[in-house]
Amino acid sequence: MEESGGGDLLSEAMCSGARVVVVEDCVEAPAAFVLHLLLKRALAGGGGAALLALAQPFFHYDRVLRKMGCNLSMHRKSGRLHFFDLQAFPGATRGGSIADSLAQLYLAVQRVVDANRTEGNAARFTVMIDDISLLEVAACGSANDVLDFLHYCVTLTSEMQNCSLVVLIHEDIYSSEDGVELLLPLRYIADLVIKAAPLSTGLAADVHGQLSVVNKGMLSEQRPAKGQKVWNFHFKVKENGADFFYPGSRH
Amino acid sequence: MADAAVRCLRDGRLDGEHAPALAVEGSLQCCPLAARAMLHVVATVATHVAAGKAQARGLVVVAFDRSPEVYLDFMRRRGLDSNSLGRCVRILDCYSDPLGWKQNIQSQQHQEDNGTPYSAKKDNITIFRSVKAVDKLLCSIIDLGTGFEGEGKTYFSVAVDSISSMLRHASVQSISGLLSNLRSHDQISSILWLMHSDLHEPKFSRAFECLSTMVASVKPEVVDSVYGEERIGNISFLEHNYSKAKFHVRLKRRNGRVKHLYEELHVEGYDVKIISISSVSTEVNQSLLPKVQFNLELSEKERSDRAKVVLPFEHQGKDEPIRIYDGRRSLPEAPLDPNLTTKPPLDEIKAPKPATAKGEIHYIRDSDDERPDSDEDPDDDLDI
Repeated sequence: MEESGGGDLLSEAMCSGARVVVVEDCVEAPAAFVLHLLLKRALAGGGGAALLALAQPFFHYDRVLRKMGCNLSMHRKSGRLHFFDLQAFPGATRGGSIADSLAQLYLAVQRVVDANRTEGNAARFTVMIDDISLLEVAACGSANDVLDFLHYCVTLTSEMQNCSLVVLIHEDIYSSEDGVELLLPLRYIADLVIKAAPLSTGLAADVHGQLSVVNKGMLSEQRPAKGQKVWNFHFKVKENGADFFYPGSRH
Repeated sequence: MADAAVRCLRDGRLDGEHAPALAVEGSLQCCPLAARAMLHVVATVATHVAAGKAQARGLVVVAFDRSPEVYLDFMRRRGLDSNSLGRCVRILDCYSDPLGWKQNIQSQQHQEDNGTPYSAKKDNITIFRSVKAVDKLLCSIIDLGTGFEGEGKTYFSVAVDSISSMLRHASVQSISGLLSNLRSHDQISSILWLMHSDLHEPKFSRAFECLSTMVASVKPEVVDSVYGEERIGNISFLEHNYSKAKFHVRLKRRNGRVKHLYEELHVEGYDVKIISISSVSTEVNQSLLPKVQFNLELSEKERSDRAKVVLPFEHQGKDEPIRIYDGRRSLPEAPLDPNLTTKPPLDEIKAPKPATAKGEIHYIRDSDDERPDSDEDPDDDLDI
């Protein structure tokens, strides 16, 4: 059954034109592995990436991605991966407001993206945020400032061809009222929502959860093959990647 | 085609009254469809404006949610050439740099290296950099709108996409103040806006509905009655809701009456198509007929008799002068009409009679304004 492994089902479900990808997960089914896969894919084929890491230090990503066959340290040295270590964000604000530090952060991201653009690099560039819930914590719970920051990141993707934004959010920490602040607006700006959830039938030994992919893109080039907009399949996370398969196709 | 709403927007305001306003609403359950319906209506209004059929001479789009290029692309695909786009469409770009961060970056870069100037935007896109200042926003919209060419008083239409994004930056009071100021400005012909109703408390969206004369709400075709919304596990519902939605329009007439129109919205390539449900339901009725136990079909003779009934809308091909009743005096010829005096007026379908019999219904139009077979209420302008 290896033909359906290696992220093939995920790539089939994700169309190439999606500019804003929102990955939703919960405690029972973390979706960090989706970010790792997307990061690996972003760096493959000469593309560049900026990783805004609030959840983990660089070594964590380095070790995980190395097992998947992608050397982050090398990419970082060669300038294709720009790693923003934001675990202490916004440490050095010097009395400025949170909006100012987010504006500074955006400035740094835009410089990286501009540098990539002026080099005449036609390859893909991916801005990845891991994760937005922690950015909200860093912003002292001000969802509005976080949304402003996100909006500017989204404008990058529309200004530049081949630029995409990937955002991870833990959807289970928002109740239905809290969700209005950050989760719902995020779903509105998304072209593609990837949602990880535990199996509805309970725990299983060889299935770790289910993944739903919803394509919301308005433009025709943002449609995946066969015009299907909603995909649902199971996943199993492995050391060197993940397996994706349709329910019932594997025992 | 959401005809009624677009017709109101096209016809614009009457002197001394507020401009007609359309609120397009949608929730996340059919999220892209509400936005696409908005794009569709905006582009339709733009086509009317460019063709000179509308009261407005131009359209100002206030873009918060989508890049201005999306609008221009969409209008180009709808058949507007760059010439008429440049003449009739202005876009106030609140998307690219709503808080002025990019400008700050540029000014810093200029201090450092006096670097390359940013790529110049096109003529009909104006970047607005302080969305928190609602007063300035109002001034910019009106400045843009008064710039359209045309002799005499030039009207223009305004489209806001979307109110929900504006509400992140300003209070409900200031935004509703902005909208009422726009509606009462004497050069604004019509105004429309998009609102994501599930992002706000219900009272807020209702407050904005009160400001409008028309509300078009895009609702999901299928709702999971058990779980309500956002149960992503149920895939078939979602797939269905992303290609089709209900499109309900509520029109407030000037005499205070409210008219409801139920339409359906289908995705068709890059565009959406809005069709009225009635046309769908007649097809359904026809296919349902044979399943009934009784014979409801007409016989050949009944059919031919029915075809002989002259419909009341016009004197079809009978060379009679078309008379228009002006409401003051009775028509002199009316009592002379043999059909009226001798026979009572017949109902729509005449029962089978001898072959010579023919049905006729007499009807005199009130005025030339009323188009034959129009769905407009003939008493709409009645002032009681």
